[in-house]
Amino acid sequence: MAKQDKPQHTPDTGHEWDGIRELTNPPPRWWMIAFHASWIWCVVYFILYPAIPLVNDSTKGILGWTQIKEFKQAVEENEAVKAPFLQKVAAMDGQALLADDGLRNFAESSAKAIFGDYCAACHGAGGEGAQGLFPNLADDDWLYGGDIDTIIESITDGRQSNMPAHSEFLNNDELNQLTDTVVALSQGKATAEQMTQFDDVGCSNCHGMDGKGGAINDLGSGAANLTDAIWRFGSSREEIMRTIRDGVNQDPADVPNTRIAIMPAFGGKLSPEAIKMLAVKVHEFGGGK
Amino acid sequence: MSEEKQSIEELYADAAHWHVNTGGETIHAKRVTGRFRNYKWFAGSLWLLYFIGPYFRWDGQQAIFFDIPHRQFHMFALTVWPQDIWMLSLVLILLAMTLFGVTAVAGRVWCGYFCFQTVWTDWFTWLEEKIEGNPVQRRKLDAAPWNARKIRLKLFKHTLWMLIAIVTGVTFAAYFTDVFDLWLRYLSLDAPLVAWAVLAAFVFGTYVFAGFMREQVCFWLCPYARIQSVMLDKDTILPTYDAKRGEPRGKVKGKGNESRGDCIDCQLCVGVCPTGVDIREGMQEGCIHCGMCIDACDSIMDKVNRPRGLIRYSSEKEMTGIKLPALFKRPRVIAYSSIFMLSVAGIVYGLTHIPPVELSIVHERQPLYIRMSNGEIHNKYTIKAVNKTLDDLHMRLSIDDESGVTIVGGTMDVVLQAGKMVPFSVFLTAQPENLQEKKTRIRFILENTGTPAVRLSYKSVFMSPVGKQE
Repeated sequence: MAKQDKPQHTPDTGHEWDGIRELTNPPPRWWMIAFHASWIWCVVYFILYPAIPLVNDSTKGILGWTQIKEFKQAVEENEAVKAPFLQKVAAMDGQALLADDGLRNFAESSAKAIFGDYCAACHGAGGEGAQGLFPNLADDDWLYGGDIDTIIESITDGRQSNMPAHSEFLNNDELNQLTDTVVALSQGKATAEQMTQFDDVGCSNCHGMDGKGGAINDLGSGAANLTDAIWRFGSSREEIMRTIRDGVNQDPADVPNTRIAIMPAFGGKLSPEAIKMLAVKVHEFGGGK
Repeated sequence: MSEEKQSIEELYADAAHWHVNTGGETIHAKRVTGRFRNYKWFAGSLWLLYFIGPYFRWDGQQAIFFDIPHRQFHMFALTVWPQDIWMLSLVLILLAMTLFGVTAVAGRVWCGYFCFQTVWTDWFTWLEEKIEGNPVQRRKLDAAPWNARKIRLKLFKHTLWMLIAIVTGVTFAAYFTDVFDLWLRYLSLDAPLVAWAVLAAFVFGTYVFAGFMREQVCFWLCPYARIQSVMLDKDTILPTYDAKRGEPRGKVKGKGNESRGDCIDCQLCVGVCPTGVDIREGMQEGCIHCGMCIDACDSIMDKVNRPRGLIRYSSEKEMTGIKLPALFKRPRVIAYSSIFMLSVAGIVYGLTHIPPVELSIVHERQPLYIRMSNGEIHNKYTIKAVNKTLDDLHMRLSIDDESGVTIVGGTMDVVLQAGKMVPFSVFLTAQPENLQEKKTRIRFILENTGTPAVRLSYKSVFMSPVGKQE
């Protein structure tokens, strides 16, 4: 039987209150072990790791551990895992990448973060765009072409279309008539007379004689297909009229209400592999050709 | 002495009888032979299965293999995926009910005979006895000053303990990776960090818990010890000292002390107790119900020509002369065994009904729908199909629906790779004028085009900006 179990035989501090003596029993051994282990741990930790806050800084610890180093190391490890795949991606063209099931999956997953960082702000997380402001990447209507190579080109070099502001050379009646024509075109009800005006004004130069645009026509303008159900700048008559009247990407100093539609070039910002993988992701949103 | 002072002195005197074992003194229990000792050896030897478990092979790979990176648990012919993990909860319930049921009937059987803490401690103290001698010699050695002999004995003992601890640790780690490869990696000091961490934790735990802390773990660390104690009732049979027969205790009955009981106060029951309790003080938290005191007392009773069983497995009721009710008439036993049987039924059902393919389909939310240039509405879905079989499965995806929603291109043929889950996308399309509502309920069907016949359906929705009713 341990001696602390026999209070009569245990030494005391000499303090006694109302007959109760203060004994000098040590705490249990396991407690003392835990206590010493704790402060030893503490000292070791303080030596190894950043610990004591100073005025402008803190002690560094001899391991030199920092969160940012750990993060960078993790990033490096991740990149080492990805490297062999990225090498394959670099060696392939867009078409081949699309055809390879495994790599296409890899590209789509890898491009998710890049898309979130560089594209989603305008085009939305799922490529849905923003009505009237930024084009939808998930549908099958492409101003510049929906094949993988053209998408790569669009991302690399950017795109900036140009449509004149027709208020400069059409009066209000003519603008109204032309708007009616475009609305009729989208419904497939345009008359021959309306199409003549369409041609006379010069719309057909870019949008084609039938109004179907053309991914990249001779002018390279990326003119929209006016006969389908998709509207780059809004489908209401009012919005259509504004587009005709004020044009696209005119100098805002001259035409304050002009549509702004500028896709920046990412060629310098992103590696060719990243762009290739982004293109795959955009292609796989659902509208790729 | 005032009256007050006297009562405090009585308190102190009282406290002298409290025995709180806080590990201040190493308990060197004497080892005896007997019935319960044999039971303990037998139960403890079942743990050898733990050590040989990882070396079984099945179908060219480790038979019992918890593959954490691939989220698969292999048990011989059986592969359990995370989707089937609900069965684990049933296994846990089953184990809990076994523990509860056994405890209600026969006390801390788990603690006394089978718990890794007490079994490993038993092995460690057995080695200690072989190396350092019996308890008297051991206490003497502990108190002796350090000399060459003491160093030699202690070093030998701790080396053997360490070896057991290391084998225990490696074995545990081996359930999570290939055992031969693991040994090779450990021996060539080339194991991954997590393997070293597991080994270190187990070596430390085994060595310290079984070598030094021993009964302190049962006293102060173990939660089971606490919950098991509250599961005892008056029908539970426990190692019990028959005070009526034993008291008043004293030297062997002879001339002049005929009124004495059968207990000769030899203290052997205390001496053999691995937790250092005195069973004669009645049921107590330190008692792990291992029955060593019964073996000890029986051997003494044989020597003094008294009937065995002064200390015996007996319930509180039996001690007062009431017969134990039959097992099936005790509410606790009925409740525990019913839950036990339900768990067994659930596990058997689960194991025989593991689906070969697990399907989950997520509707793309951003965007909810896409309007195509010809006016059609597209919805995108991500299909996640786990193929739990060992062969590639050729499946066909279709839509079971009359609302005009179809898969782009009619049906879709996919190959599910064996033992894998590769997500893929599918587009559904519909003409808006065919849709009744903005939200159309649809059902995906995933069927096997070969054998085995697999047909899964999954409910989802098709979203559109417009519907007929607008």
